[in-house]
Amino acid sequence: MNKKELLVAGLQNGTVIDHIPSDRLFKVVSMLKLDTLSNPITIGNNLMSKKSGTKGIIKVTDKYFEKNEIDRIALIAPHAKLNRIANYEVVEKKELELPDELIDIVKCANPKCICNNEPMASRFDVIDKKNIVVKCHYCEKDLQKDDIVLL
Amino acid sequence: MNANSFVSIYDVSKEKIIELLESAKRFEENPNQNLLHGKIVATLFFEPSTRTRLSFETAVNRLGGRVIGFSDASTTSSSKGETLKDTITMVSGYADLIIMRHYLDGAARYASEISPIPIINAGDGSNQHPSQTMLDLYSIFKTQGTLENLNICMVGDLKYGRTVHSLLMALSKFNPTFRFVAPEELKMPLEYKIFCDNNNINYSEHTDLMEVINEADILYMTRVQRERFIDLMEYEKVKNCYILKNKMLDHTKENIKVLHPLPRVNEIETDVDSNPKAYYFQQARNGVFARQAIICDVLGIK
Repeated sequence: MNKKELLVAGLQNGTVIDHIPSDRLFKVVSMLKLDTLSNPITIGNNLMSKKSGTKGIIKVTDKYFEKNEIDRIALIAPHAKLNRIANYEVVEKKELELPDELIDIVKCANPKCICNNEPMASRFDVIDKKNIVVKCHYCEKDLQKDDIVLL
Repeated sequence: MNANSFVSIYDVSKEKIIELLESAKRFEENPNQNLLHGKIVATLFFEPSTRTRLSFETAVNRLGGRVIGFSDASTTSSSKGETLKDTITMVSGYADLIIMRHYLDGAARYASEISPIPIINAGDGSNQHPSQTMLDLYSIFKTQGTLENLNICMVGDLKYGRTVHSLLMALSKFNPTFRFVAPEELKMPLEYKIFCDNNNINYSEHTDLMEVINEADILYMTRVQRERFIDLMEYEKVKNCYILKNKMLDHTKENIKVLHPLPRVNEIETDVDSNPKAYYFQQARNGVFARQAIICDVLGIK
């Protein structure tokens, strides 16, 4: 191996989340609760990116994420790329995109919203995918990107 | 879930608004009609609201229906910790229609997702009060003969005033000109101004009512509510700024009507009441006809 390109070992099976903005990497790590997993995990940050400045990358062995988790990643790091690896081959490659609706993912910031007072799932409509603005389906209040708190 | 519920004015199309106003007009001409014979309507008021409840119950009674319900949640099992879901599920087994007032935002939407019978939102927290908007629209329609191309001057608490926000959104379908008159602390929130910009709606902001009063077709007054202020010093500073006096109406347009969602405290002086331009008590009366129209619509009665 060429030592000048210190490479992270390839995955046999698992998931690679690439092109995470550097300032969002540890948010993704904490949101996915990777600290509670015992699988081998490689985390890199502030790596050179051909596209834009620096990026972060996460590789998790033997782990495939559910839709609910993928939607959460899309909220924190839109445009990250998710690769599913099986037997050293990339079997699925996709750029994350926000869905139209987020169910039981975002916490409503309004303490007087019904969804914070009843045993029920929160529900948000994504009204601006580019700037990440969501609207509570119940109290009809908007949340901007930086005000979004995940459940 | 019931698709016929009346939860948010944002769900109501321009065509539906006009249909409801024409229906309200027919109820005003002939208020006592036995269209709800044999039907039971539940009025669930988790927070007290005398005018809204009496207006809805009058509407049901004039239509020949029967009313069950409560006007104060402290006497119900919700005070024992029953969930809204359980209350709605139970009541929907008794009645044909639920009219609900709740102190939490979004409660009516949630109830409409649970309930097999229609829900009419009689106010959910600080969010929506769509039957109030319908009676405001009916009052404007009735006094101006149209909703199109009107100059609407909104005065007072434009920041927290739920009625002005809903009225703004509903009137935006009818090419209005808005004049927002409010103290700095209670200005129209940015999101509504962005909405106007995006929809090419003409509006301007003022702190002096006299700048714009003479061009208005509708003067929509609101109460500056003490409970909205965290800092009571701020309240004392602005509470008397937007009081309508009779002589301020001297040079206004002939067709102008003064509306107010009521209760009024002191923001309209009592000598305005006898001015033919004052319309707030007739406006409250119109609430019965607007609500008769809404009730029949959600129950599919033509």
